[in-house]
Amino acid sequence: MRKPLSIIAGAVALGLVLAGCSSTPSSDPDNADQVEVFTWWASGSEKVGLDALVTVFEEQNPDIEFINASVAGGAGSNAKAALASRLESNDPPDTFQAHAGAELTDYINAGQLQDLSSFYQENGLTDVFPESLIERITVDGAIYSVPSNIHRANVVWANTQVLEDAGIDPMAAPADIDAWLVDLKKLKDAGVETPLALGTEWTQMQLFENVLIADLGAEGYSGLWTGDTAWDDAGVETAIGHYGDLLEYTNSDFAGLDWDAATQIVLDGNAAYNVMGDWAESAFQQAGWTYDNEYTTWATPGTDGVFDFLADSFTLSVGAPHEAAAIDWLTTISSAEGQKAFNLAKGSIPARTDTVAADYPAYQQTAITSFGEDTVVSSLAHGAAASIAWSGDISSAIGKFGADRDAASLLSGLVAAADKAQG
Amino acid sequence: MKKGYKNWGPPLLLISPTIIVLGIFVYGLIGANISVSLSNRNSLVPATEFVGLDNYIALFGEERFIHSLQNLGIFTLFFIGGTMIFGFLWAWMLDKGVTAEGVFRSVFLFPMAISFVASGVVWRWLLNSAEGDRASGLNRVFENLGLDFLQNSWWNDPTWGMAAIALPAIWQLAGYVMALFLSGFRGIPEELREAARMDGATEWKLYRYVIFPQLSPVALSALIIVGHMSLKVFDLIMAITKSIYQTEVPATYLWVALTSNDYAKSATIATILLLFVAVVIVPYLIYTARAEKRQG
Repeated sequence: MRKPLSIIAGAVALGLVLAGCSSTPSSDPDNADQVEVFTWWASGSEKVGLDALVTVFEEQNPDIEFINASVAGGAGSNAKAALASRLESNDPPDTFQAHAGAELTDYINAGQLQDLSSFYQENGLTDVFPESLIERITVDGAIYSVPSNIHRANVVWANTQVLEDAGIDPMAAPADIDAWLVDLKKLKDAGVETPLALGTEWTQMQLFENVLIADLGAEGYSGLWTGDTAWDDAGVETAIGHYGDLLEYTNSDFAGLDWDAATQIVLDGNAAYNVMGDWAESAFQQAGWTYDNEYTTWATPGTDGVFDFLADSFTLSVGAPHEAAAIDWLTTISSAEGQKAFNLAKGSIPARTDTVAADYPAYQQTAITSFGEDTVVSSLAHGAAASIAWSGDISSAIGKFGADRDAASLLSGLVAAADKAQG
Repeated sequence: MKKGYKNWGPPLLLISPTIIVLGIFVYGLIGANISVSLSNRNSLVPATEFVGLDNYIALFGEERFIHSLQNLGIFTLFFIGGTMIFGFLWAWMLDKGVTAEGVFRSVFLFPMAISFVASGVVWRWLLNSAEGDRASGLNRVFENLGLDFLQNSWWNDPTWGMAAIALPAIWQLAGYVMALFLSGFRGIPEELREAARMDGATEWKLYRYVIFPQLSPVALSALIIVGHMSLKVFDLIMAITKSIYQTEVPATYLWVALTSNDYAKSATIATILLLFVAVVIVPYLIYTARAEKRQG
């Protein structure tokens, strides 16, 4: 008699353990006045930005309860893993954060995202977003996400003091990579051992994509991702040569540095330049530096007139439990008011062209102007240009080049990665 | 019949929760993992067909995976070599008799109490590869001591970089190997040594023919334990360098494949790792089972 009881007790205990493992989201599919938003904005300026956005959302939609399903850690990798398992078990959040562009490919192919083209039409977004941005985020005639903020990846951050000491005019950007290499040599000869600060693999990838844009031009670079430009093009070879030359001027310990440590080298005056996205602005602000005084920025040499964009964006899941409310959320994100609140807090710029630049700090003003005028291309290092698997292969090839400087192997690695991704 | 049930019933009942849980969460999931590795689940799209060993063939054809295996090989070589040599030396010296043996024992064992992640964060800084003005960690120490020639790029070295990653691992596990060897030394009866000395054996001969044979089971256990830890190394590398090409091993490659939604590839790497560990562990299990039988 006792034994069956103990089995039941054991089963109950096991059941309790299992129940404890599954988190219980407070999202209720039957309650239409809720929206569950999945992000990895859980700390820092990103959290502040999300909070600002939520405030605007709640003003515009006082009846809808906002459920914050953010997952912290790993620069989004933890969140992506959590998201994948939720999508797998058909329990999608109403809307989730993802880099705009090619990084969405996997979700699109798996049929997990709804087409938002009609949403763009109804809200007139096709008119207020730059045409070249719309082009970049359109896949087979459909648009799957709404960008909330834009960052620029082809920016050189320069320490004016270090440049002046070497007799270089910091305000005049070199015309192309060759001219830049001349300046780098000048700096090295003047005693700046590592004039160009560089960091870990993705920052190397970002530098490489900058060189690709400079050597192939906006059109040629964009063609790399559509198949219009071959990866064994002579321009790519030139770019690899240039990139190898640039590495000669970098700090030798780059593989172990995160981007902020690389930017810090410029702040410490041990390097003159750092190619980084415009989130680096906050590091210069925190150091108390003023724009065009202690530091300045220009588009990476050879990429003037090109805006290498990356963006966070929000999607609409297939089978979203609160679809109407999720569309309200997307409306807030795309509205002038929502974009302003979010971007002022996060330090990025709005995707809309009707932004009043005067509302933003000095660096952002330059970015807003360029975004309105320049040709927009997609950033590779930040998921806009290539699918996750493809950019992972490229990242690995570039990391290998950073170690062995074997140009032929980098070229064949890039060609192989493209063949695999486009094949 | 009733008696038989009484014999095997209660023990079976006692271990049945373990059997069930292990069956599902270990063997069931290993099975699931292998079945994913044989499918074409290379993205978020569910698997549509069975592809046999295609994923394995593709993986071994990849320069990147071969590179990660080479890295693992170098790491394992230095990790096992380092822990065995230091572990043995320390144990031998302690066995020779020192004052305050307990203090030394604890000092050598302490690093093991720290997680790989925590020590990795510290070693990330110690093994910073910057030299000269911006040097920090060990390179800075060498510079301050006037030993500039010792400064080096540590794990940043393209070929032998993984040996630098093995340093913290050796630092953590050598004490454990020492404890194993020390217990081995202590298990050898004093009479054996005395008898050997009476027979006129030199100190070297004493070790060669009396002590070492007695220590070989301990050495084998240490080898297996350290070896399988080495094959699984992940946290230490993630803490020191994050997942980059230069220090990539199969376990970190697995993680990269998983986070880029290539489930089939990551399952394939996981299966290969399991096989590697099995190659190390299974002969050992057979060996101990036989040894027990002989004694039993």
